[in-house]
Amino acid sequence: MAFTRRRFIQAAGLGASALGFPAIVRGQSGPIRVGLMTVKTGPLASGGIDMERALVQYLKERNYTMGGRKVDLFVGDSGGVPAQARTKIQELVERDRIHVMIGPLDTASALAADDYIRQAQLLTLSVAAAEDMTQRKPNPWFTRGTSTSSQSAQPLADYCAKTLKYKRMATIADDIAYGHEMCAGFQRVFEDAGGKIVQKLFSPLTVPDYGTYIAQLKTNVDGIFLGFAGSNGFRFFRQFNEYGLRGKIAVVGGMTAFDEAVLRNMGDEALGIVTSCWYSAEIENAINKRFVANFRVDWGYDPGFYAAATYVEAAVLEATLQALKGDIEDKPAFMKTVRAIKVDTARGPVSFDRYGNVVGSVYIRKVERKDGRLVNRVIHTYPNVSQFWTYKPEEFLKNPVYSRDWPPAKNLES
Amino acid sequence: MSRAGWVALAAALLGFPLVGGEYYINLASQIFIAAIFAASLNLLVGYGGLPSLGHASWLGLAAYISAWMSLKLGLAHWATAPLALLATTLVGCAFGWVSLRATGLGFLMLTLALSQVLWGTAYRWVSVTDGDNGLRGLTRPTPFGISLDDAASFYYFALAITAVAVWLMAVFVASPFGVALRGTRDQARRMSALGHDVWLIRWITFVYAAFWGAVSGLLFVYYNKYIHPASLSITASAEGLLAVIAGGSATLAGPIVGAVIVMILKNYVSGFIERWNMLLGFVFVFIVIFMPEGVVPGVRRLFGRGMRAWRSRR
Repeated sequence: MAFTRRRFIQAAGLGASALGFPAIVRGQSGPIRVGLMTVKTGPLASGGIDMERALVQYLKERNYTMGGRKVDLFVGDSGGVPAQARTKIQELVERDRIHVMIGPLDTASALAADDYIRQAQLLTLSVAAAEDMTQRKPNPWFTRGTSTSSQSAQPLADYCAKTLKYKRMATIADDIAYGHEMCAGFQRVFEDAGGKIVQKLFSPLTVPDYGTYIAQLKTNVDGIFLGFAGSNGFRFFRQFNEYGLRGKIAVVGGMTAFDEAVLRNMGDEALGIVTSCWYSAEIENAINKRFVANFRVDWGYDPGFYAAATYVEAAVLEATLQALKGDIEDKPAFMKTVRAIKVDTARGPVSFDRYGNVVGSVYIRKVERKDGRLVNRVIHTYPNVSQFWTYKPEEFLKNPVYSRDWPPAKNLES
Repeated sequence: MSRAGWVALAAALLGFPLVGGEYYINLASQIFIAAIFAASLNLLVGYGGLPSLGHASWLGLAAYISAWMSLKLGLAHWATAPLALLATTLVGCAFGWVSLRATGLGFLMLTLALSQVLWGTAYRWVSVTDGDNGLRGLTRPTPFGISLDDAASFYYFALAITAVAVWLMAVFVASPFGVALRGTRDQARRMSALGHDVWLIRWITFVYAAFWGAVSGLLFVYYNKYIHPASLSITASAEGLLAVIAGGSATLAGPIVGAVIVMILKNYVSGFIERWNMLLGFVFVFIVIFMPEGVVPGVRRLFGRGMRAWRSRR
């Protein structure tokens, strides 16, 4: 058996504790190795590159020091292929010997890596939204400071039903777990508030043309909910516009449909669209203002969902490390601390439920023009939103996971 | 290779997990999987002269069938493995029957089209394949009660299967049938005139290649414990074809060397160089310019030339 450095550190640590050194000495062996699992090639790359940029910015602002220890960053690129993500996570763990992973970006990669995270006991601060990883099959090494798929869609449904007074709505989303879960959460809350979802469409993630889907859209609805990821919201909406539907059907969007990352390529046609997300570059707090200002200086555009995701996760990591005085080697203690932490971040105050998922504000935003560029101005805030919305966790968890088929859509009209 | 060479190679492969770190052992296991995949494709491309751009079908199909049977039917590994191989080979029989209506570019397009059908099915038949989420929650088998969950034991498992696979493919190629196969590649009409059934020879080879592709698929799904439609995509097929061409088609060692090159560039070098796709391109351009026949024959040729020059100087 090879006598690796990690083994050496473990052995040395054991020896040190046997000699009665205080625990803190054990914790201070070398830099903290942080792995970022992202996507820098392929269709998801724009978000993945934002993730890296924001994380690097955070580390630079802290001079690469967290909890009194230096931080080394290792970046893995999966190309958006789940099996490759798994290989890259293995590489981060087994070759770069990371202590903690931020990421992965996409739900499929998180699901593919689920059992490896358990097996390697890899401390994970996830960006991916897969619901069940913090619900029915909670992964003990997994914490999420962003949101589940439906966490932002559920408040939006409430807003549509109660404030916008919509009665009949349609949904369209990418045909992936993220899209299914988001629409299911939206549908459940909207119908519980007295509305009706009369049409549900799912288009393939890589569909080249939305024409056939737009042609199916019902025009006798109060609004349509877009649950798209990546640049698909932009592509769908452009065609929606070309078909002359803009102004005929009101559009509301999930947390990634009109993200800052795609908004900068849109024009006046996007004005007035309402979306919900746990973040907006327009949130008024000191941390966010500094984050946005620095990000704009470096890259010339506003940070969105993906950039904020790693920036928030880094803040969670730093707060945890401060509480632990830099001792990241004790994994159970880390998980206990991170899930009990309360920290102010760019998205506002953040805490965690006992399943490891974030409880934080969700913002209803409206696209407006400011200083010549489009922004998501916050028009309403739902504070302390949990992944279970207002349902009781125990009852919520008795239901099947949100999917294409659950909750059943009873009000569809053909 | 001399007997001493074989012994040294065997010793190196058997001893590697004792010295290599966990990451490198896992990398080697993935190389074995890619090597079986590329070697099976080489039967068609190299020995049969039939360029296929749909070989990922067999890897993906076997992986999906085995995963589906264990998840949805709850079957054990001893049952899923042979059934997945059988089912994949049967699909191979059908696909071969369709694809071999043409040769050359027509064959390439047919294999591509058929594999795209499977890829599309995996993406869109959500109730069976779980679409873009992929199938997960799988386990590795426990042959003779040995758990394959740690890196070294899986390495030996993959090594054993690879050794058997490469040996059986070598036997196939060296047999009179293999000679006939090369005959159909070089002089199809003459072979036909000599009374050989060219179509049947090609079809049997296609099915045999599909079978070994399926074996690599089983190993793939055991290794990853996960399967996603991306494994059936044209990129996966093209990667195999690149490995065969880069390593040297119509040689036994070529595809294996090619698989090593591709996997190391994809999984190892990409950790150091962000634009590893570009590097991959450069490496292939280099190979094509200096050793158009592939690395293995190319090195042999350059080495032979060097030896001759050295001898003539003496």
